[in-house]
Amino acid sequence: MLPELGQVALILALLIAALQAALPLVGAQRGIAPWMAIARPAAYVQLLLVGLAFAILTYGFVDQDFSLRYVAENSNSLLPLAYRYTAVWGAHEGSLLLWALVLALWTAAVAHFSQRLPMPVIARVLGVMGVVSVGFLAFLIFTSNPFERLLPAVVEGRDLNPLLQDPGMIIHPPMLYFGYVGFAVPFAFAIAALLDGKVDARWLRWTRPWTNIAWAFLTVGIALGSWWAYYELGWGGWWFWDPVENASFMPWLAGAALLHSQAVTEKRGSFRGWTLLLAIATFSLSLLGTFLVRSGVLTSVHAFAADPTRGLFILIFLGIVIGGSLVLYALRAPGEEDGKSFEPYSRETLLLANNLLLSTACAMVLLGTLYPLLADALELGKISVGPPYFALLFTLLMAPLVLLLPFGPVTRWQREQVSKPLAMLLPWAGLALAAGVLAFFFAPQGSWKVAAGVVGAAWIGAGTLRFVWSRLRNPGSRFTAEMLGMTLAHLGVAVFLVGALLVEGLNVQREVAVKPGQTIEVGGYGFRFDGVEQRQGPNYKADYGTVQVFADGAPLVLMHPEKRAYASGGQVLTEAAIERGFTRDLYVALGEPLGGGAWALRVHIKPFVRWIWAGALLMMFGGLVTATDRRFRRVDTPPREVAR
Amino acid sequence: MTPPAEPAHKSNAMRWLPLAAFGLLALLLLAGVILSRDGNREALPSPLIGKPAPAFELPVLHEAGRLVTSQELAGAPYLLNVWGSWCPECRVEHPILTKFAESKRVRVIGYNLKDEHSDALRWLEQFGNPYWLVLTDYTGETAIDWGIYGAPETFLVDGDGIIRWKHVGPMSEATIRDELLPVLAEVEAR
Repeated sequence: MLPELGQVALILALLIAALQAALPLVGAQRGIAPWMAIARPAAYVQLLLVGLAFAILTYGFVDQDFSLRYVAENSNSLLPLAYRYTAVWGAHEGSLLLWALVLALWTAAVAHFSQRLPMPVIARVLGVMGVVSVGFLAFLIFTSNPFERLLPAVVEGRDLNPLLQDPGMIIHPPMLYFGYVGFAVPFAFAIAALLDGKVDARWLRWTRPWTNIAWAFLTVGIALGSWWAYYELGWGGWWFWDPVENASFMPWLAGAALLHSQAVTEKRGSFRGWTLLLAIATFSLSLLGTFLVRSGVLTSVHAFAADPTRGLFILIFLGIVIGGSLVLYALRAPGEEDGKSFEPYSRETLLLANNLLLSTACAMVLLGTLYPLLADALELGKISVGPPYFALLFTLLMAPLVLLLPFGPVTRWQREQVSKPLAMLLPWAGLALAAGVLAFFFAPQGSWKVAAGVVGAAWIGAGTLRFVWSRLRNPGSRFTAEMLGMTLAHLGVAVFLVGALLVEGLNVQREVAVKPGQTIEVGGYGFRFDGVEQRQGPNYKADYGTVQVFADGAPLVLMHPEKRAYASGGQVLTEAAIERGFTRDLYVALGEPLGGGAWALRVHIKPFVRWIWAGALLMMFGGLVTATDRRFRRVDTPPREVAR
Repeated sequence: MTPPAEPAHKSNAMRWLPLAAFGLLALLLLAGVILSRDGNREALPSPLIGKPAPAFELPVLHEAGRLVTSQELAGAPYLLNVWGSWCPECRVEHPILTKFAESKRVRVIGYNLKDEHSDALRWLEQFGNPYWLVLTDYTGETAIDWGIYGAPETFLVDGDGIIRWKHVGPMSEATIRDELLPVLAEVEAR
């Protein structure tokens, strides 16, 4: 009976969402107070109902109710308990339910934390979020029902995709969805502003923390995905420019641009129309990402679900939401004239450059991701654009961004003499270059990449710290949470650069056939292969290898790479053994058995690889810290004039 | 004197640009959806089609100790259907396959993949046994030779032991009518 209750809860949630969409929006347009007042309670009730449905589906997994088709297809009785909870979002239907739940959470949070906003604003915002919710709940109920019964029940379920039976995968999708869906808040505010006809700096100030939090979640979500790919796929790579990765990276880039343009619009009143458009674009890209992943229009290693009917449904929904928003934008967007004027060299100009570079990078990723589809549609054959295209263009676009980044914080709004920030930063640029030259000559290989990584990281790191120092040294100036957040995020970029470029340049990789007892030398370490034994896991059998690692002749660590064959479905998975380190990871993956006790062994030395995710974590903290700035919580006062 | 109107007009046109860009994107995505409706677009043709079926020697589910080899099945066409008691889609396919098997056009042989012996027997008792013979492959080693990804999958092998047709996923009545029967007619005509 419980699943039927879950079904009813979803249907009721859809009705409530429709109510939350229609009444407050119409009420705000016509000034009918009781209709607007519906928005908040509707948001709370919706959260309750979607939460109930989610809890019931979770119970189905924990209780192993194989009469539910979704449960039977994505778990079996051998599945460890922890993974039964997370199997809920292991496939299409549950992922969408999670999406809907996260949206309901964000909506309720907006309803709760917006007490000081004027009623028409909040009614419109919640109304727009209601429209999005209607789309997703309808999609769930009509095309992807997680509560569909399988009668009579099967004795045993199939298993959760073994790739997803992993701690990293437990939190990756929720984080990603918190990011994706979080962008619905600035989006809803943008639409509310367009409906209202005036773009007020006050609503912008109010949305900035939401954008920052959403972006922080998306950052950590993407980083988790990358980390997971690194240790689970057994290839040792951390980013593949795969369509699904790109689908999450596009809203990230647009969101990063949005963070910066919101700051300009809030503080100076400039770029109003552009900020609105970016807010629409960022959420649209989140929806597009969902479409690309869920429709199976693009295939990738992630292609877990593909169904054309679903694709068509989301496409129509995209058309209504994005198309409608852009029509509204075209009709109602404000002119660019009303902001405070600025001169060619000013912080505004630098942030404009930031926005241009980030949006162009985003457009480049979009083009590269969809190009194979375009080629297929025009019958030019099956083409894959591949990492070389992305890596080259992305590097070209990010290089100027890295160059300009330290100038932003030390340049004043409106007007600045170029000489001042230049004088401030020039010594540090010199230092960064010197470090780069040293790195170039000392790097055993990949000199250019290593030098570029060191120069970029040292330049951003030193330039950012120079800004901090000049703020702290001057007793009259304040150091706000917003500045701290920015500093952390920019340092995160520096740390990320170290990881990304040094691992590209210095990675050492060997694939060898080894017999038990044999030792191979890789990058100054000795790896002695001590054979493979059979082990039984809860729902898999493993070939459990043992490798003794030596550094300078002394035993360093025992590593255990595995190959797991899962009981059902028969998928074989590589579990690489990773010895983590601050400056390098040792990475050992088991290949194929070659007979006579010999095995193929893949050994990597990955210098600084951990810095990639550490950098992402710093960016995430930057976003979160920025969101705590007290200034964002004031609604009534006009924007603070920036201290000159 | 109209100069002031000029920039306003221009900026108005600019405002429709994002919508136009999205329109193009939506068209492309629509094309994508239509293309992906064509199931064959993604389906990789099995490299085995037109090639001899892999040689095998597999135990029979209902007779402990009896092994059947590929040679024993040669001489007449057979339909090899991969299933498991752990496979929900097999349940969906089961009545359709049963109906087809009752037509006795061709021997329908079950290929019980990665299952437990008792589960497999119970499953057949519960839903009925349409198979002429059920082979078992509990380690999945022979399945690798056949290029089997999972269940259900179905192969049509002709009298000379050549794989003539393959279907991944549950067969529908349309699959049988539009795909299997024409190939089968061709095979029988020879």
